[in-house]
Amino acid sequence: MSMKLLYLLVPVAPLFGAIVAGLFGRAVGRAGAHGVTIAGMAISTVVSAIVFFDVLSGSTFNGTVYTWAVSGGVRFEIGFLIDRLSATMMLVVTFVSLMVHIYAIGYMRDDPGYQRFFSYISLFTFSMLMLVMSNNFLQLFFGWEAVGLVSYLLIGFWYTRPSAIYANLKAFLVNRVGDFGFLLGIALVFVHFGTLDYLEVFAAAPDLAHATAWTTFVGWPLITTICLLLFIGAMGKSAQFPLHVWLPDSMEGPTPISALIHAATMVTAGIFMVARMSPLFELSETALSVVLVIGAITALFMALLGLVQNDIKRVVAYSTLSQLGYMTVALGASAYAASMFHLMTHAFFKALLFLCAGSVIIAMHHEQDMRKMGGLRRYMPITYWTALVGSLALAGIPPFAGFFSKDAIIEAVHASQLPGAGFAYFAVTAGVFITALYSFRLLFMTFHGAPRMDEHTRSHLHESPWVVTVPLVALAIPSVYAGWAYIEPMLFGGFFGGSIHVLPEHDVLAALGEGFHGVAAFVLHGLTTLPFWLAAAGIAVAWYLYMLRPGLPAKIRDAGWPVYVLLDQKYFMDRFNDWFFAGGARLVGRGLWRGGDIAVIDGVLVNGSAKLVGWFARVAKRFQSGLVYHYAFTMIVGVFVLLTLWFAST
Amino acid sequence: MPALPVLSIVIWLPILAGVAVLFSGPARNASAARWIALAGAVLGFLVALPLWFGFDRGATEMQFVEFVPWIESFRINYHLGIDGISLLLILLNCFTTVLVVIAGWQSVKVRVSQYMAALLILSGMMNGVFSAMDAALFYVFFEATLIPMFIVIGVWGGPNRVYAAMKFFLYTLLGSLLTLVAFIYLYNAAGGSFAIADYYQLRMPLAVQILLFIAFFAAFAVKVPMWPVHTWLPDAHVEAPTGGSVVLAAIMLKLGAYGFIRFSLPILPDASHLLAPVVVGLSLIAVVYIGLVALVQADMKKLIAYSSIAHMGFVTLGIFVFNARGMEGAIIQMVSHGFISGAMFLCVGVLYDRMHSRMIGDYGGVVNTMPIFASLFMLFAMANAGLPGTSGFVGEFLVILGAMERNFWYAATAATTLIFGAAYTLWMYKRVVFGAVANDKVAGLKDIGAPEMIVLGLAAAAVLFMGVYPLPFTEVLNVSVEQLLGHAVQSKL
Repeated sequence: MSMKLLYLLVPVAPLFGAIVAGLFGRAVGRAGAHGVTIAGMAISTVVSAIVFFDVLSGSTFNGTVYTWAVSGGVRFEIGFLIDRLSATMMLVVTFVSLMVHIYAIGYMRDDPGYQRFFSYISLFTFSMLMLVMSNNFLQLFFGWEAVGLVSYLLIGFWYTRPSAIYANLKAFLVNRVGDFGFLLGIALVFVHFGTLDYLEVFAAAPDLAHATAWTTFVGWPLITTICLLLFIGAMGKSAQFPLHVWLPDSMEGPTPISALIHAATMVTAGIFMVARMSPLFELSETALSVVLVIGAITALFMALLGLVQNDIKRVVAYSTLSQLGYMTVALGASAYAASMFHLMTHAFFKALLFLCAGSVIIAMHHEQDMRKMGGLRRYMPITYWTALVGSLALAGIPPFAGFFSKDAIIEAVHASQLPGAGFAYFAVTAGVFITALYSFRLLFMTFHGAPRMDEHTRSHLHESPWVVTVPLVALAIPSVYAGWAYIEPMLFGGFFGGSIHVLPEHDVLAALGEGFHGVAAFVLHGLTTLPFWLAAAGIAVAWYLYMLRPGLPAKIRDAGWPVYVLLDQKYFMDRFNDWFFAGGARLVGRGLWRGGDIAVIDGVLVNGSAKLVGWFARVAKRFQSGLVYHYAFTMIVGVFVLLTLWFAST
Repeated sequence: MPALPVLSIVIWLPILAGVAVLFSGPARNASAARWIALAGAVLGFLVALPLWFGFDRGATEMQFVEFVPWIESFRINYHLGIDGISLLLILLNCFTTVLVVIAGWQSVKVRVSQYMAALLILSGMMNGVFSAMDAALFYVFFEATLIPMFIVIGVWGGPNRVYAAMKFFLYTLLGSLLTLVAFIYLYNAAGGSFAIADYYQLRMPLAVQILLFIAFFAAFAVKVPMWPVHTWLPDAHVEAPTGGSVVLAAIMLKLGAYGFIRFSLPILPDASHLLAPVVVGLSLIAVVYIGLVALVQADMKKLIAYSSIAHMGFVTLGIFVFNARGMEGAIIQMVSHGFISGAMFLCVGVLYDRMHSRMIGDYGGVVNTMPIFASLFMLFAMANAGLPGTSGFVGEFLVILGAMERNFWYAATAATTLIFGAAYTLWMYKRVVFGAVANDKVAGLKDIGAPEMIVLGLAAAAVLFMGVYPLPFTEVLNVSVEQLLGHAVQSKL
């Protein structure tokens, strides 16, 4: 019982902070707002750590908090499933969130919406925790949509900017497209399993492995349909091609939330969800193949877009898209543990990179164009060194965290036998080179070379205050060690226990595990394989292009103009969506309104019948002319007609 | 203990209060009229509370029954009683009445006493509709509600109010006349009885059932309103004063859905099953077609009116999939739609009172001058888009589950509301509330005052409570819906 209260405390502490800062922001003031939310987050983080170690020692929990509704004899409940998977996520979410809370004291210092900001990020943490701690699909959907709401509010945080309120509407609607599939998937689960409880569904799933969905006209294989529908939800939330279009625009939000929501936590909800649903996905190779291919497309093609961006945050955003693609590829290859491992390391080093970008942006007086930066290394040493750590981790250079998690994914895909695995292997391997290239392009353009900003900005350049740098250092530490420290237990030690289910014939990680002889051997082996050399080549090329021959990139751009336009225009997907979906919906809506409602229904049917009645009345009233001879004549005609009829009938 | 006639009090107290307001004095003394009306509305809500607390959630029969012979030569009786479905709608009605009285506090300036009286009398009559167990009594209340609403639109409405009021009146009257014919047929078929419970025992051939179904459908589909007999609603909403719009959306539309539940399904189960694909088809058209039409509206009230039609599509869909989740979802959706669309119209009213425009293009950046209002409006907009944690999600979720139990494509089409609902609501919100201050008029806006805060705050509390903890609402429905479906699934040929 006491553990249950402890579990409850994890989401409720941030919720309390959010309510106080949100509703009583004016009364508690700025210090009160960040005080109460950070206190809530600190409690939540500490308790999550306690829960994590408790779970490590072997205890799990699956129980109800309260009954949400009862309908048709089925109880819909709010409850927690605390196992190794959710405990890991809880720890990652609360830790990164706490860092971002502290960082925001510095970053948002001059913002009039200070209290509102703290309220939102605490509310976000509450929603995200409810999502990961859920023991059923209903609450999963609750958290899923709630994080979407807070993301919407935060992208549009600076609501007077047209670009921000365009971006947040776009983000919400694209996510809703994903949620459309997700909700149908949940409904299909409910109809066939009769429950929304995870463990009950998972237990019943093998028996339905070959069932068909009987509510459809055609005999679709049930589990495949469910998995694909659920994955559409993941594609929205985790920004997989073609539903990725919202994430780059979401950079309109304040940088701390880009780190928290659009890099470390919310966008990984889809990854977490698929990992959680592993007992279902394992039953459908078709679904796994789709996951694999979609992830591979995202990993490669989004990385390419990162090469041509000049906005520092957008480079990191495209990098996030690409890395989410890596995680998705791992899911498709049934390497769920590798995906979760990369999720964790990525949460640290990507949050770090975003916060570094934010630190640069404050120093540059909210200038985000890297062409106007350069040489910042001298002015902001802590930011530089932590950014370097983040970039090395992202590029996958040993012994930084990203090397281990990314290498594990590449090896896992290599071992996979599913259709599409060949393409996926190519995509993730090629992606390594591009990742290293854009990461170090960012690093060199921002921190190295000659300063390109104006004199006024340069004279004011200085390192950010401690509330900003402390979180940077705190995130840099796990970006260094989380790889070699955790690879063995998380990937090969059965860390996730029963919470992730892999069929023996899909178990690529087991195959990797047989060849795993300690961290040192893993690193040594890594040094001899292609991905490492591709990463090193990427860094070298970046150094050559942006340090040694700074004029060259422009020449390359001019030489490959069509390719550049394609990348600069993001494969024209935004334009297509605006034209086809947004424009098309408005066109159809206008057509139905003017053609259907106004012309046909109101024009012909409603007002038409009113006119018909009026016309009939006008005709009929002529009989009542008030002239006696009219009436007499009509009467005589009538008498003749009646007589004729009478004679005819007799 | 002699039981108090609670239902009679719930019906007649608002009506008497309305009459009292009417006689409270000349139009000059508006203040007295407002206070008497408020007292009547609050008392009306308080006297309805015993229904909630005294309601036996496990009982299968009607509760709080009252029976007094009325016109004995035709065996018409003053026969009242409620089940869980009626209970929720009566409480919603009493709650809404309090809101509209406060909402009209400042915005209605002419003929205050008549306005308040019309709303109160209307409220009492609608309680009568929801508690009538006698078809003739039901019909009297059902038709009588037209009169005060006709007056509210026709007197306090906008420039084109006469066209709108006539359209509203004729559209709905035409439909309900056929219902009267149906009732007279049933009266004879049941051997001279207007008791609704007797009709549940009737066995009728399919052809007769179909004709009766069409007769009922004419009245109820117009009231809901279902596509394609919906075009009176946008006009009525646009011209109606805020209070009229709120009552219209929150309660009057539910009379139609309530009619389907109380009459069409249990009395004519075979015809209902046969024609269900048609009704479901019309409901789905309402969701998609109307959703797209709502997207392109330039007038906020019209947009919300269209959104109302789309949401009511979920109600009729839920009713005609014939399972517990669909039906309960439909009823929850009715209540929730009452809160949400009522609140949305109140929000537009708040803006209209200040700017005298309903056009989206005249706004922009309202959040800069009205932050508290913007937050509440955001909540209702999200509820309108069916966000989990608000009441808007509960009904839609249950209906989608119910629809999925019947057919994948029903559910898939209905679920497009996730996209369309969010698109039209949030796009409107973006253009009205977000952005930089668009013009001097917006720059001069004042944030909401105490009465508006109370009204919107109460609605917000209701929306959130029902979204986070709908159990109390589903609990009162479970047995009633089971009973009803029991009648609806057995053949009565």
